[in-house]
Amino acid sequence: MSYQIPKFRHPELPVNELGYTKADYEGSISTLCAGCGHDSISGAIVKACHELSIEPHKIAKMSGIGCSSKAPTYFLGKSHGFNSVHGRMPSVVTGASMANRNMLYLGVSGDGDTASIGMGQFAHVARRNLNMVYIVMNNGCYGLTKGQDSATTDEGSASKKGDPNVYSAIDLCGTALQMGATFVARSFSGDKGQLVPLIKAAITHRGFALIDVVSPCVTFNNNPGSTKSYEFVREHAEATGTVDFVPMRKEITTDYKPGYTHEVTMHDGSSLHLYKLDENLDPFSRRSAINTLEDHRDARSILTGLIYMDKDSQDLHDVLQTSQRPLNALEEGELCPGNNMLENINASLR
Amino acid sequence: MKPTDIKNPEYFHKVVDCQYACPAHTPVPEYIRLIAAERYSDAYMINWQSNVFPGILGRTCDRPCEPACRRVRVEEEPVAICRLKRVAADNKDDIRDRFPDIPRRKNGKRIALIGAGPASLTVARDLAPLGYIIDIFDNQFAGGGMMRSQIPSFRLPIEVLDEEVNYILDMGVNATFDIEVTSLKEILDQDYEAVFVGTGAPRGKGLNLPGLEDASAHVYLGIDWLSSVAFEHTDSIGKRVLVLGGGNTAMDCCRTSKRLGGDDVRVVVRSPFEDMKASPWEKEDAMHEGIPIYNNHVPKEFVVEEGELKGMTFEKVEAEYDENGKRSLVPTGEDLVFMEADDVLMAIGQENAFPWIERDLGIEFDKWDMPVVDEVTFQSTNPRVFFGGDSAFGPENIITAVAHGHQAAISIDLLCSGRGVHERPAPGVTLASQKMGVHEWSYDNAVEADQRYVVPLAPLEETLKDRKIEVELGFDPSTGYKEAERCLNCDVQTVFDEVRCIECDACVDICPTDCISFTHNGEEEDLRTRLTGPSNDLAQDLYVSMDLPTTRVMVKDENVCLHCGLCAERCPTSAWDMQKFLYNVTKAGQESAA
Repeated sequence: MSYQIPKFRHPELPVNELGYTKADYEGSISTLCAGCGHDSISGAIVKACHELSIEPHKIAKMSGIGCSSKAPTYFLGKSHGFNSVHGRMPSVVTGASMANRNMLYLGVSGDGDTASIGMGQFAHVARRNLNMVYIVMNNGCYGLTKGQDSATTDEGSASKKGDPNVYSAIDLCGTALQMGATFVARSFSGDKGQLVPLIKAAITHRGFALIDVVSPCVTFNNNPGSTKSYEFVREHAEATGTVDFVPMRKEITTDYKPGYTHEVTMHDGSSLHLYKLDENLDPFSRRSAINTLEDHRDARSILTGLIYMDKDSQDLHDVLQTSQRPLNALEEGELCPGNNMLENINASLR
Repeated sequence: MKPTDIKNPEYFHKVVDCQYACPAHTPVPEYIRLIAAERYSDAYMINWQSNVFPGILGRTCDRPCEPACRRVRVEEEPVAICRLKRVAADNKDDIRDRFPDIPRRKNGKRIALIGAGPASLTVARDLAPLGYIIDIFDNQFAGGGMMRSQIPSFRLPIEVLDEEVNYILDMGVNATFDIEVTSLKEILDQDYEAVFVGTGAPRGKGLNLPGLEDASAHVYLGIDWLSSVAFEHTDSIGKRVLVLGGGNTAMDCCRTSKRLGGDDVRVVVRSPFEDMKASPWEKEDAMHEGIPIYNNHVPKEFVVEEGELKGMTFEKVEAEYDENGKRSLVPTGEDLVFMEADDVLMAIGQENAFPWIERDLGIEFDKWDMPVVDEVTFQSTNPRVFFGGDSAFGPENIITAVAHGHQAAISIDLLCSGRGVHERPAPGVTLASQKMGVHEWSYDNAVEADQRYVVPLAPLEETLKDRKIEVELGFDPSTGYKEAERCLNCDVQTVFDEVRCIECDACVDICPTDCISFTHNGEEEDLRTRLTGPSNDLAQDLYVSMDLPTTRVMVKDENVCLHCGLCAERCPTSAWDMQKFLYNVTKAGQESAA
């Protein structure tokens, strides 16, 4: 059993604009089961952050409890991290974000942590449009406690030792849309070609960005009969279209591929190119997104790709008009402006 | 690309870079693991089977394995393979009881070996256990050939040489020393079934420059001078010595001069420093002993005044390379450089000489007056006469001579048993899983980041006083262990079974050096642009699987794989397995035995 990743890396690894290689964004060796989809998602996060040239110390990895929530140890080893209480990651991120809006908040959660114990927190953080990336590593079972069905297990799906699930499943993308999320996507851990640009887009989006990533549990839920196995997902996934993320720094002309149906300019000036979209889906309409989700649910197919995006998203900081500077950078005089100011405020309310 | 045929032993053989580069294909990682396990005798025997002279080669080998070492590609410095071989030799027990039995009843077939250097001794080692009657003839007083006459004792102590030469001479072979074979015809007339010529490249090349005639009393051919030192006919040299040439013989000449009274010893070479033929470590050793190397100096003239050699003049040049990389040395136009000298040693090359081979014996000679020798069988155009070592294709090195000897022995055995010499035996190959448990391997798969260990040297002031004191002290066992742990175990192969793969990408994610990709197949040139990591070393193969259920293929670039086994550890279905690939060149009389 290896407890460490060897120090050597490919000697010709490309460096990003900060001069870092992908290795600078890696974490410790994974202790998840061999073949766990979560490791692939970790790999996709590493790749996305490296390619976006994000300074590792500007990222905070936030998580709750579960296999998914221990995954942040296995990526971004030089970033900040907070492994919080089960299902309570959103409120911790809310607090952190209010205190310092200059960080990238990367929430990592699972189907149990989000759709069961954390459902209330999830609903409200989506509703408030907190500026964060919320990745659900969704394996449709409680892997850490030996594979019981979770709230996202599809009706009729059976895990390795279980009977077909009798309850209706929570669709996290549908829920997030209902709750007012401004960026909703679904992907598959085994499809980095799709997942990496989605993560980049979610990072660049201003507001609450959910990516529900189907991530097979090889140990308890990768059997015939499961709707979250590698084989089932490969056979039943239908992409809304393909997404290409074009960073602002790159000349768009150099990456231009003809045939895209939408170009979206992101908050920071980078752009998203959406190709060959499902003709029934308007990804900028919540109604269309909900309808398309329902259509695919009826057809028992898994809709992946970018499902909805609000191009004019106003995040919680915009709404609350919070301080641009982190609270820890404010001086005493700014935090306690004094009695005169208080008097003025009181007077204005009389 | 077509799926890789891993059943072809040459595919995985090439992945074991060191073994592949070794002319004798010694299973390097296999014996390095044994050294790490302190099983020195076992490590020695693996070497002895393959390269016959582990103690000698552990000091003097040209080390083609080391520049090939994968460590050069992932780090910088190769594993000190040669010095580890010496660790095995230095620390082994008495291993003579492991040698093959020599049949008392011979098979009646007589073989003559001309020359008792590494090539001939290898032939003897391979054929004596099969019952052949072996007669060796050599013009020196003892066996070893150039290993005795040209390699100075401060690099190869005489005891080490004697030990390993005697292992073979003690196999019941008839060795006649101090005899000059002056006629091959006479030998052939004695009804030998086969004759092996392993007489080396015994003639040093000279430079016929103005003034040579008057200076000749103080100008020597390097290899002749070295053997005269080795055989104790020469024990001193002038204070100021010029050594002409940039090969290993030049390095041996200058270092020997320094020990025989040379004070101002200089090496002067025509070519740039980097182009010198000498091994880098031999150049370093010479410079460490205070011997300067003057490069880009072309010798012009011996300066003799009143019958006395005063020195030499040199023309300074610069190397220029044309678009094909062909070098020409262009004079810089500066004044000639004069260097004082009492003695001059010329070590600018050596060549073959066969004045003793009659030209009417059915042995064809080419336009360079070299015998026409088959590169696989080492047979000449006279079916009974074989050549090997430097006498076959010109000067090479000991390990090449050993490799020739093994192949010639196979040919001789085939000839004597009435089979065609082209019916070569296949290599002995095994491929065995190293899996011990869920995540346990029977080899040490952790990759050590240690840098190459420096070998200790005897103090300069002592070694320069006595040419018989060995300079390199060799690794002690604990350093040997640490150096052995640097080996990446490239013979433990990553074997992929597409039927088991569920394409979960776990191997792609964990691979520290980005070797593994799952992508759509294509031509190699295109495929290399679409892999996970940069794939620019075209000399390194791509391992391509058959089509997977998603119609993609697995492609592994072998280039910088660390053989750490993490792909196999993180594989949920054991589609990857770490399997030890043991490749042994089959020797005479073996039926493709592993």
